[in-house]
Amino acid sequence: MDSLVSQYSRPAFSNEGPSHEEQLELSQAAPELSLKFALPPVSLPSAWLRAMTDDYSNPSCPIKIAHGTTTLAFRFKGGIVVATDSRATAGNWIASQTVKKVIEINNCLLGTMAGGAADCQYWLAYLGMQCRLHELRHKRRISVAAASKILANLVYSYKGMGLSMGTMCAGVTPQEGPALYYIDSDGTRLAGNLFCVGSGQTFAYGVLDAEYSYNLSDEAALELGRRSILAATHRDAYSGGFINLYHVKEDGWVKHGFSDTNPIFWKTKLEKGEFSNVTAEMV
Amino acid sequence: MEVLLGITGKDFTIIAASKAAMRGATILKASDDKTRELNSHSLMAFSGEAGDTVQFAEFIQANIQLYSMRNSMELSPSATANFVRGELARALRSRRPYTVNLLLGGYDKIADKPSLYWIDYLASLAPVPYAAHGYAQYYCLSLLDKHHHPDIDFQQGMKILRMCTEELKRRLPIDFKGVTVKVITKDGIREQEYEDDQKVVVP
Repeated sequence: MDSLVSQYSRPAFSNEGPSHEEQLELSQAAPELSLKFALPPVSLPSAWLRAMTDDYSNPSCPIKIAHGTTTLAFRFKGGIVVATDSRATAGNWIASQTVKKVIEINNCLLGTMAGGAADCQYWLAYLGMQCRLHELRHKRRISVAAASKILANLVYSYKGMGLSMGTMCAGVTPQEGPALYYIDSDGTRLAGNLFCVGSGQTFAYGVLDAEYSYNLSDEAALELGRRSILAATHRDAYSGGFINLYHVKEDGWVKHGFSDTNPIFWKTKLEKGEFSNVTAEMV
Repeated sequence: MEVLLGITGKDFTIIAASKAAMRGATILKASDDKTRELNSHSLMAFSGEAGDTVQFAEFIQANIQLYSMRNSMELSPSATANFVRGELARALRSRRPYTVNLLLGGYDKIADKPSLYWIDYLASLAPVPYAAHGYAQYYCLSLLDKHHHPDIDFQQGMKILRMCTEELKRRLPIDFKGVTVKVITKDGIREQEYEDDQKVVVP
C-alpha cells in the first residue's frame, strides 16, 4: 500500500526551489528583447535609415554615423593582445579623439568596437549584461565562445536593418584557454589567432603580419600591437588619437595605457629612423 | 587589383609590378610586364585603364628616345618625371584623358643618387623614398613606414620587397600571379630573378 501511495505522491522537497516556470525562465539564456526602439513612421524603416545615413552613396546625407577605427587583437603564447585607436569620426568631422573602444565585459573578457559607435556601445553593453546574467544563473563565468555567440545571434536577428559593427571578443577561460572571436553585423562569427578590424585594418595587418609569431614574448607582443595601431593612425585619416592597449592573461586582463599617438610617432621616427617619407623638405 | 611597388636604397631603385593581366573576372596572361624602359637609367611601371596604360607608356618612351636622339643626351630621371607629369596633366584636361597610375624609378648619374617618383592619373607628382599604387598601398605603406631606411643596401631592399609581396599574397583576395622585379642602378636597368614558390599562411 505504501509503495502504491509513494508512486502517486510527490516527495516532500518538491515544493522547495524554483518552480517549473521559474526554472524555464532561468534556463533561457537570453530573454527576448523588449523591442521598445522608436522607429521612424515610414513603411520601410530600414530602407529609410539607409537613405538617411549612407555617407558613401550620398555624401550629403543628413545623419552622419560615427565610423572609422582601427582595432586589432591577436593570440600568442602569453595570452591575447588587444589594441585600438581612439578616434570617432562622423563624415569628415573628427567627433572625438578620446573614445574607449575596448569594453571591459568582465575581468577576463574584452570586447572591441569598430563601425557605428552607438551600435557598438549599446550592444556591447547589452552583451556585458547578458554575460553577467549568465554568471549569476550558472555560477560560473561565460565562455568566450558563448559570449561571442550571444552577440552574433543578436546582430543576426537585426540583419538588413542597418546595424554596423565589427567587433572582437577576447578572453581567457579555464575551459577554452585564450580565445579570440570576430563578430560583425553581417552575422559573421569567426574564431582565429589574429584579426584587425576597421578602416585602418589593412595598415595594421601590414605591420602585424610581417612580424607576428605565436611565440612572441609579452613585451614584443605588446610593442607589436602598439606599433601596428601607430602605423594605422599614421596612414588612415579616420584613425588616430590615443593607443589603448590591453593584455589578456589567464588571471584576467591588464591595461597597458591609453597613450597619445603624437609623441609616440615622433619618438619612433627620431629614435628608430622609421617613417622616412616624412620630411620637412619642400618639393 | 594591380600591384605596383617601388623601393629606393643607398645605390638602387627596385620596381616591382604584378604579372597578372586581368579583364573582368579573367586572368588573360600571367606573365605580363607592366614596365617600359624610357632610357638607360629610367624605368616606368604603370597600372590603370586597359589600353591607356601601354599606349601612354609607349608614347612617353618614344618621346624620351626622340629627345635623346635630337639632343644627343639622356634626360635625367627628374626631367623625365616632370615631362611625364606634364603630358599626363595636358591629357587630363583633354577630351579623353589617360587613366594611368605610374611609378618612375631611375638612377640620377649626375647627382649619383637613386630616385623614385609617384605619379597618379590626376597628374600628381611626388618624389618618394618608397611607393605603391592600388590596393598594395593599403597593405605595404605601413610596412614600408616601419622597415624602410634611406641608406639600405640591395639585399635589405629585396628583403623588404619580399615582406611586401608576402603580405599581399596573404591578404589580397585575388591572385596577382607574383611580380616582375626590375632594378635600376648606376650600371643601368636589369631584371631581377624573383622566386615565388613559398607558401604563405594566414595566421
